[in-house]
Amino acid sequence: MSDFSRNPQLNRLLGIDGLLTEDEREVQALVRRFCDDQVRPHLPTWYDEATVPARELAKGLGDLGLLGMHLEGYGCAGSTATTYGIACHELEAADSGIRSLVSVQGSLAMFAIWRWGSEEQKNEWLPRMAAGEAIGCFGLTEPDFGSDPGGMRTFAKRDGDDWVLNGTKMWITNGSVADVAVVWAQTDDKIRGFVVPTDTPGFTATEVTKKMSLRASVTAELSLVDVRLPADAVFPEVRGLKGPLSCLSEARFGIVFGSIGAARDSLETAIDYAESRKVFGKPLGGYQLTQGKLADMTLEVSKGMLLALHLGRLKDGDGVTPEQISLGKLNNCREAIAVARECRTILGANGISTEYSPIRHAGNLESVMTYEGTSEVHQLVIGNALTGEPAFR
Amino acid sequence: MNIVVCVKHVPDAQGERGFSDDNTTDRENVDGLLSELDEYAVEAALKITEAEGGEVTALTVGPADAVDAVKKALQMGADKAVHVSDDAIAGSDALATSLILAEAIKKVGQPDIVLFGLASTDGGMSVVPAMVAERLGLPQVTQVSTLEVADGNVTGRRDSDVASETLVASIPAVVSVTDQINEPRYPSFKGIMAAKKKPVEEMSLGDLGVDAGQVGLDNASTKVLDTTKRPPREQGEVITDEGDGGKKLVEFLAGQKLI
Repeated sequence: MSDFSRNPQLNRLLGIDGLLTEDEREVQALVRRFCDDQVRPHLPTWYDEATVPARELAKGLGDLGLLGMHLEGYGCAGSTATTYGIACHELEAADSGIRSLVSVQGSLAMFAIWRWGSEEQKNEWLPRMAAGEAIGCFGLTEPDFGSDPGGMRTFAKRDGDDWVLNGTKMWITNGSVADVAVVWAQTDDKIRGFVVPTDTPGFTATEVTKKMSLRASVTAELSLVDVRLPADAVFPEVRGLKGPLSCLSEARFGIVFGSIGAARDSLETAIDYAESRKVFGKPLGGYQLTQGKLADMTLEVSKGMLLALHLGRLKDGDGVTPEQISLGKLNNCREAIAVARECRTILGANGISTEYSPIRHAGNLESVMTYEGTSEVHQLVIGNALTGEPAFR
Repeated sequence: MNIVVCVKHVPDAQGERGFSDDNTTDRENVDGLLSELDEYAVEAALKITEAEGGEVTALTVGPADAVDAVKKALQMGADKAVHVSDDAIAGSDALATSLILAEAIKKVGQPDIVLFGLASTDGGMSVVPAMVAERLGLPQVTQVSTLEVADGNVTGRRDSDVASETLVASIPAVVSVTDQINEPRYPSFKGIMAAKKKPVEEMSLGDLGVDAGQVGLDNASTKVLDTTKRPPREQGEVITDEGDGGKKLVEFLAGQKLI
C-alpha cells in the first residue's frame, strides 16, 4: 500500500489516505508500481518522439485488470467506480496519454459494447479487450462536428440486410492501433452505433502527427468508404445521441480523477524542486512568492480530489448525474492545467525540459480540457441545470 | 505438485529502518512489505503449479502485520496462506525461526517443494532454508538461478564467482532461488480482489507443539549487544582542475586502491 501523495508533507496536508478504502489504496499502489517500472522511465523519450508502444502497454494494463475494470462480467474486473477513478488518477499522474489509452478502451469502446451491444458483440470483443489483446477506439467526433456531434455526416445506409458506412471521424484516440472501432453514424432512424472490425475493407486509420499535446498517445483520423457490415454489427436497441453521450459520461468520470493526478504529480515535482534548488544562497522554497504558489496549488489539488471522491461515492451509491460529472470535469481540468503551468514557473528554465513533468502535463491537459466536452460545454451543461434554459445554440 | 513458499514481512527498505530498544529490528514504527527477494520465490512457485497443477501455500512467521506478506503472495496467485504468530516468537533467531517454519510445514502437510527467496532484505542471513531442510530431513538445492521440475527431481543452477553448479535433488526438497530466476508478476486487480476470499490460517506456537522456551529473544543463541547508526556521509572531495586534474584524479583512485 502506498501513500496518496509521494511527497510526505503534501500527503499529510491532503489527508486523502483516510478517505480511501483498502482496495482503492492497493490499486493506487499497483498502478504506481506499474507506471514506475513500465511507463515513467520512457515518458521523456515517448513524448519527444511522439510515439508510444500502445499494444505492449495495453497487454500490460490488461494483465493488471485495468481495462474496463469497472464493468461486470465478460472478463472485466467489476470494480467500484471510485476504484476505477483512483486507477485513472495514478495513470494520469504518469501521463494523460496513458490514462487516455485506458479511458478510451474501458470507458468508451468497451463501455459502449457492454452497455449497448448484443450478447454476441459482448462475447466476441469484451474478454479480449479486457485482456488487452484487442484494442478499441470510439468514433464520434468528426472534422467539422465536435461539441455538436448531432450534426455528424457519417451515414449508415441499409443495403438488403447489410449496412454500408461512409464518413470521416477525427481525433480518435487509439484509432490507428485499434482492432475494433465503435462508430456512431446517422441512419434513416436516428444516430446508431456500429461495431466495426478495423480490417473491414474501406476502413482506414491515419495517425495524426504534428501534435503539441498527448504526444505519448495515438490519435488518428478514421476514414470509412463503403464499409460494408453485416446486419448484426449495429447496436440493437439504442437510438439517438443518448448512446454516445452515455459513454462520454463514463470517460469524463475518469478524467475528473485523472486530471488531478497530473496536477498532483506536477505539484510534487515543484515542491521537490523548490526544496533543492538554491536561489541567492537559499532554497527557492524559502521565498514567500514560491510558498504562496505552492499553498494555492495545494488548495486546488485538495479541493479537486475531494470533488472527485465525492462524485465517485455518489456513483457507487445512489448514482451520479451527467451534470454532476460536468462539475468535476470543468473544475478539475481547469484547475489542473493552471497548477501544471504554475509548477512550470517554479522550475524556471528547467521547467521547459521534458525531463520534468509539469510542462508535459500542461501540454497534455490542453487536450484533456477539450475532449469529452470542452470547458465551455460543461459551463453550459451546468448553466442549463441551474436555470432550465439550454444555451447550447 | 504442492509447494510451500516461506516468505518474510520486512521493513520497507525505502523507509527509515532502525532497531528497537532490545536491539531487534524495529517493526513497529516502519511500513512493512513482502521481502522483495521473496517475490521471486512466489513467482517460481506459481510458474511450477501453473505448469504442473497443484497448490501454493504461502507461509510466514511474524507479528500481526506480517500477515501482509502472505496476503501479497495470495494477490500474486498463491492459493492459501498460513501465518504463525505468537508473542513468544518476538526476537527469535534463525535457529528458532527454522524450527517454527519446519513445524508449520509439517502441519500444512508434507509439500513436494519448500521454496525460499535468496535472503530476507532485513536480516539477510540466507541460512534459514538450509536449517529448515535439515530439520525436515530433506535435500536442499539453495541459491539457484534456474529451476526445473521433472521426473520426480528438482534441478537448478547455482552461479558463483568461479563456477556454475547444476544441482539435482529428489522431491520432496527444499529450494531457495535468487533474484535472477524470473521477473515476479504484479498482482492484478482481480488478484487483489480474489485474495480476499482466499483462506489465511492463523497458527500459534501451541498449535505447532513448539515450546515457548525454544524460541524468542531470551532463548536465541546469538544476541545483538549494541548497534551504532552509520555516520552520515561526509562531503566528497572536489578536485579543481588546474591543468593537473587528471593526475590528481588518478592519485585519488590509486590512494583508494580502486585502480
